[in-house]
Amino acid sequence: MPDWFIEFPSKINLNIKDPIDNFIDYLVREWDPFFDAITRFLRGLLNNIGFIVDRIPWWLLIVLVFVLTWRMSKNIGKAILYSALLFSIGALGLWSLMNTTLTIIIASVIISILIGFPVGVLVSSSDKLNSFVRPILDTMQTMPTFVYLIPAAMLLGLGNVPAVIATTVYAVPPLIRLTSHGIRQVDREVIEAAIAFGSTKWQSLIKVKIPQAIPTIMTGINQTIMMAISMVVTCSMIGVTGLGQEVLISINRLEAGRGFSAGISIVIIAIIIDRLTQGLVEKGEAAIEE
Amino acid sequence: MKNNENIVLEVKNLSKLFGKNKTPAFEMIKNGGDKGEVAKKLGVTVAINDVSFQVERGKIFVLIGLSGSGKSTVVRCLNLLQKPTSGDVLFEGKSILSFDKKELLEYRRRKVSMVFQSFGLMSHRNVLENVAYGLEVRGTKKAERESRAREIIQMVGLEGWEEMSISQLSGGMRQRVGIARALANDPEILLMDEPFSALDPLVRRDMQFELLSIQKKLNKTVVFITHDINEAFKLGDMVAIMKDGKIIQLDTPENMAANPANEYVENFITSADKGQIYSVKHIMQTPSCMIRIRDGANNALKQMRDNGVSSAYVVGEKLDLIGILTLDDAMKVRSGEITMQDAVIKDILTTTKDTLISDLLSVAASAKYPIAVVDEENHLKGIVSKASVLSSLV
Repeated sequence: MPDWFIEFPSKINLNIKDPIDNFIDYLVREWDPFFDAITRFLRGLLNNIGFIVDRIPWWLLIVLVFVLTWRMSKNIGKAILYSALLFSIGALGLWSLMNTTLTIIIASVIISILIGFPVGVLVSSSDKLNSFVRPILDTMQTMPTFVYLIPAAMLLGLGNVPAVIATTVYAVPPLIRLTSHGIRQVDREVIEAAIAFGSTKWQSLIKVKIPQAIPTIMTGINQTIMMAISMVVTCSMIGVTGLGQEVLISINRLEAGRGFSAGISIVIIAIIIDRLTQGLVEKGEAAIEE
Repeated sequence: MKNNENIVLEVKNLSKLFGKNKTPAFEMIKNGGDKGEVAKKLGVTVAINDVSFQVERGKIFVLIGLSGSGKSTVVRCLNLLQKPTSGDVLFEGKSILSFDKKELLEYRRRKVSMVFQSFGLMSHRNVLENVAYGLEVRGTKKAERESRAREIIQMVGLEGWEEMSISQLSGGMRQRVGIARALANDPEILLMDEPFSALDPLVRRDMQFELLSIQKKLNKTVVFITHDINEAFKLGDMVAIMKDGKIIQLDTPENMAANPANEYVENFITSADKGQIYSVKHIMQTPSCMIRIRDGANNALKQMRDNGVSSAYVVGEKLDLIGILTLDDAMKVRSGEITMQDAVIKDILTTTKDTLISDLLSVAASAKYPIAVVDEENHLKGIVSKASVLSSLV
């Protein structure tokens, strides 16, 4: 029996490594001004958000979480629990690291919404576009995130700026998907009514389709935030500071306690933000529900 | 010939096909191929096949047919929610297919509006904002469109509900909002796609009546879709029966009932007997005056006086029906001429709530008092008056 029957023949050799490397090299060489502009824009955004986040007094944030939870859930126990959890992040000595992490999450979510919402609306309008975009979104979500950390770091340098790009790539698909889905599932007669009363395409979209899709879009934003939070540790590999870096350091030094403290803090942030945005989704649903 | 001025809407040889091989399918249909054959051979659905009719100003034109007969597609071609494959639709003598974008928007905004089967209301807007929607998209100022919307809301009997959300409304009220929204634009033509099919029989009757009175008042032209022949005959000035995408008879209700074109139409009309459809529970009311036998004559008289009636239902301890006490007998009991037990008329008509009205008809005609509706344990559930039995057949 010949070798190639069992083992894959070594002569068949598809090389995509070099072209991709060359392409990235080309981008780094020729498109430098473009990426510089992006870097400058994102750095500005991060600085502004960071400036605001750092100046919020710790107690105000805790009070804010308390009030918001209480107003959403009408459950005083939950409100106390969530503010106590937030307090414990400070008690663990991780408050300022949390601020750094929050800054990156907020920036990534803002960029994700700015890109994801219009793209989702656009995709909802055409079946062709939808079937074209879907595999791209699948790839963005399933591709191991380290893989695009490398080109992001090469093009934009190390630090927070490429982290925002990588996080956005990973976090934007659910928003695009759910925005498109939400608009597509609006009741047929409601859309017909909008057209029958002489709405232009733009009017149908702004006055009927998007408002009807708001609960689903809010679910998309919730998903996007959760995915952005889950990128925190991964991004620390390209030099992002914050809670993620704490986890990375503790892995390298085998400090379990330190790792857990930072890990639990990330979980607490995720839970609080998730519950608050879920509350918004439910409110929206109650308003739309028939 | 009819006066052309009076024809608001004219549909000429309208056809609508769904699918890919429209051209060969169209040939096949033209040469007399039938709908099932075309669907099987070419995978093309023939929704409408060569339909023509005229609608006169101020009249109610009813299209009736079973689901899949193409009636909804026809009405959607009248405001171009669906684009016909061939044929033409003329509004006041002008083809709406020749309209450019702007003209079509104007046509939809001012000339024609639509009422939907499942209402098509926008749940993120309250009643007022829904009714004002048509005015909003055509650019009417907020204050003006709201005052106009309030006027219409009052007309359809929803005053006081302006700020409510749609989810707080019953089905009947939702469709009132749908009708108000359609009227707010002050259109020439009202397209109504099975507007009352989703409603309870009783509510439906109210709404039909309401539509007739609105139509009398505003003199709108109405194209009305239904699958209920009673509704068609009750509302329609002209009725067109559709089957498999074709109109098989187009006539006034009287002529159609007298001379059905074929067996299909005849079968449709025979199903018009309403008594078969309604049962007692649809028309029963709560008894306005009910007393317990131990209450005594004075109490009974007071109750009758308070409710303005001349007889009362008498029940036992467990609300089980005993009979009827008339005003005269109650007076006699009070003056001691007879006992309460003797005064109660025990020989009264009863029925159950699932009895068909048609079965009740012969009994109701000779009944002296309203018929009592009872359950298996003889508990009084309600009453059916002679008038309500007879009026439900109208």
